[in-house]
Amino acid sequence: MSPDMIYNLLSKALMQTLQMVFVAGIVGSIIGLPIGVFLATSGKGELFPAPKTNRVLGLVVNAARSTPFIILVVAIVPLTRLLTGTSIGTWAAIVPLTIATIPFFARLVESAIREIDKGLIEAARAMGATPFQIVFKVLLPEARPSILMALTMTIVSLIGYSAMVGAVGGGGLGDLGIRYGYQRFNPEMMVMVVIVLIVLVQLVQSAGDGLARRFDKRNRKN
Amino acid sequence: MTLQHQAQQDAAQGASGGHSGREPEGAAGAIPMVAFEGAGKRYGPSGEGGFTAVEKVDLTVARGAITGIIGRSGAGKSTLIRMVNGLETATSGKVLVDGVDVGGLSEEGLRGLRRQVGMIFQHFNLLSSRTAFDNVALPLEIAGVDRQTIRAKVGPLLDLVGLGDKAGNYPSELSGGQKQRVGIARALATDPKLLLSDEATSALDPETTQSILELLKRINAELGLTVLLITHEMEVVKTIASHVAVIDAGHIVEAGRTFDVYTNPQHQTTRTLLASALKLPEWLRSGIKAQPSSGDRALVRLVFFGETAFKPLTGQLVAELGSDVNILAGAIEEIGGEPFGSLVVSYSADPDVIARADRFYAETGLKTEVLGYVA
Repeated sequence: MSPDMIYNLLSKALMQTLQMVFVAGIVGSIIGLPIGVFLATSGKGELFPAPKTNRVLGLVVNAARSTPFIILVVAIVPLTRLLTGTSIGTWAAIVPLTIATIPFFARLVESAIREIDKGLIEAARAMGATPFQIVFKVLLPEARPSILMALTMTIVSLIGYSAMVGAVGGGGLGDLGIRYGYQRFNPEMMVMVVIVLIVLVQLVQSAGDGLARRFDKRNRKN
Repeated sequence: MTLQHQAQQDAAQGASGGHSGREPEGAAGAIPMVAFEGAGKRYGPSGEGGFTAVEKVDLTVARGAITGIIGRSGAGKSTLIRMVNGLETATSGKVLVDGVDVGGLSEEGLRGLRRQVGMIFQHFNLLSSRTAFDNVALPLEIAGVDRQTIRAKVGPLLDLVGLGDKAGNYPSELSGGQKQRVGIARALATDPKLLLSDEATSALDPETTQSILELLKRINAELGLTVLLITHEMEVVKTIASHVAVIDAGHIVEAGRTFDVYTNPQHQTTRTLLASALKLPEWLRSGIKAQPSSGDRALVRLVFFGETAFKPLTGQLVAELGSDVNILAGAIEEIGGEPFGSLVVSYSADPDVIARADRFYAETGLKTEVLGYVA
């Protein structure tokens, strides 16, 4: 296989991976964030007390998280077809990736918010803050570094998940590695795919760490 | 026991002193800033399995004064102070703030009340993601105040607490005392009429504690702000509170002017709290027993103030008891500008000696308190 071919295949697969990871990452986090906030604030005696809804939502989130991703991909084909008009291809792969992201990110957001000192919530209540003001002025800003770390972790996991969606013709780097590197015995291609993935994960992790550190004012010393 | 009478006096003094922003003399002056009327708080089910944190508390907090509620941890003082701004709701009785029943307020009404009641906390509760400036601005943002007004307001507040140069610093860059100063500035941002202090100095070293108490005292004097504080340290009450209430197992067991309670404690809990503030040497304190056995010595605290402060009573006591008097500790202290002296002495716990001493105290009017008995 010529270097040109390898390059073309790689860049096409990289673009597909980026497309899947970022669309699923953004849509999944946008939906997962409020769910995570709700999970963290709807227990008994909390800001938005709704213990029953909280329990049901927790069960749904756990169920979604314990379903193996490859089974989720196949199981939600009807939904995928409804949303994208097809059940194969990169856009079709984005649907299960997004569905998997939502509960994953929601749980991480929940724990990020639960980590916040309850005293801050009490202080805000004592100032006369509404529950929504507490969420937007206290909880989210205070949890921002942890939420950025959670987002990084989510994107890194998504890169891993996206390798599996070759099963529905989603394309991407994982698919390329399996079809060319493994099934056609092309070790160069396999090595290249792995290198690109390592670099990609490294970049995402560094960017996430950097952002989280910038917003983390908890351990500053003069 | 009630502080009501004193509240009226203070209000009258305050009004004639001409503090700006005060209600006119008369009607408003008669209403205490805070009144607990048979207030109680019970957690969980009634009967078995529940827990009563506060029970049947009747207490009024004088307008413009600094009132301390002192008690051991678990005595119910945290619950009590949280009933004032509705962070805890009374399950029986009423809590009135400036004449308004806190329990009768809607959520919206409660938020309005909380904007008039500032609160500071033991662990400061500052937002780590906001600078000192933005922390002080938070209650104003919550109240919907515009940016320009916020800017005009926060600077002077930081100056007031002595942190004018720390506006851009994050809490993690500040010391404990500085953090509490930010907390105080934050509590003052919405121009409250009442400041609640929840063990505000308990996480600070003694020196920083003094400087924070000085600041609270100054704010009380300059802004005419009523302060209600809870603490487990007698030292805090003694330093700044003009009135004190002692809470034990959810009940107020003693209340009155700090000077009176300090110099003439009535309840056992008060005495215990006071004894820990006496700074007796450890070897002595650890050996104190409640009942004497033969050959023991009585440990007695003599309190001198007013008239008794100027009489040579110690010498007379020594003469009376036949020189069998040991002086163990002593201090001259001051509460609200009134000086008084304490002397801890010991003498034989023999019934005859005790009787002679008691007769001497009765004749001279010397205030005393038996701390216990030592071998």
